[in-house]
Amino acid sequence: MSTWAAVLAACAACYAVKLAGYLAPHRWLERPRVVRIAALVTVALLAALVAVQTLAAGRALQLDARVPALAVAGVLLWRRAPFVVVVAAAAVTAALLRAVA
Amino acid sequence: MGAPDEIADARGGRARDADRAAVLRQALSIGVATGAYGVSFGALAVAAGLSVAQACVLSLVMFTGGSQLAFVGVVGAGGSAAAAVATAALLGARNGFYGLQMARLLRPRGWRRPLAAQVTIDESTAVGTAQAALRPDRPELARFGFWATAGAVFALWNASTLAGAVVGDALGDLRRYGLDAAAAAAFLALLWPRLRSRRTRLVAAAAAVVAAALVPVLPPGAPVLAVAVVAIVAGWRGPGDAGRSGAGGDPG
Repeated sequence: MSTWAAVLAACAACYAVKLAGYLAPHRWLERPRVVRIAALVTVALLAALVAVQTLAAGRALQLDARVPALAVAGVLLWRRAPFVVVVAAAAVTAALLRAVA
Repeated sequence: MGAPDEIADARGGRARDADRAAVLRQALSIGVATGAYGVSFGALAVAAGLSVAQACVLSLVMFTGGSQLAFVGVVGAGGSAAAAVATAALLGARNGFYGLQMARLLRPRGWRRPLAAQVTIDESTAVGTAQAALRPDRPELARFGFWATAGAVFALWNASTLAGAVVGDALGDLRRYGLDAAAAAAFLALLWPRLRSRRTRLVAAAAAVVAAALVPVLPPGAPVLAVAVVAIVAGWRGPGDAGRSGAGGDPG
């Protein structure tokens, strides 16, 4: 699959999911188990993305400037800093550590 | 709550406009905040090897930030196209549940329904449902909040994606600027507000450990997908104490 094909397929899949909420029979989507698992899938995928983006280098695990950068982001989120500040501070932390190293 | 409103309505348009203006201010401020996030998405997309046009199509057509960021994350890590598509779709699953809530509030007909579906995301749903809860007597405020937020976020998200992609393209090797760490921080920021219950914190911790452990074992992109199993196992049984409380009711 080319990158363009993947982009368009992913767009179609995400739109289909959005539209399904308007079209699907309510009874099915309102089952407590379905609602519960859907919320937890979001949490699990986001947590996995955090771990992989922080630790993966290809198919190896690697501790580098991303780890302290993520720690800075965590402290700022705990202090209720806005999204942009959190993301920018993480980037600056990693960039500074790499410049020093 | 009904009586003061009836008085306000009787006084004519002024009070009504003040309510709408407050909702509009909220919508615009959310649009501006997500706009800043759009800049980071655009820059991260080109850093992952996408073209400026591909980054812009993602923001215009996919239009759901978490899925877009996950898609470029998997592509940038060398994952397969199928893994990138599947991760984006799974992360977008929550939009389907938002659609269920918004279908009741909006009751869209004809061409409005496919349009409402396209702009049913975290922000528009949050404002729409919050207004519906705050002002059950004024359902038109919930509808106005949904559409105003959707419009503001759509405009600023797409403009800022283009800006971020163009700037990122010009800067060259973005790893030097710490943008790989920015991607991790962005996912953490999306995750943070969902960690209110003990169950979601446990699931997040387990998912992070499982995904990291699978990195050396599975091809890129697959470890993230594999943790969906963690969510299914954790969510299969309801919270032991109180039936339906906890993660299930979290609109995120």
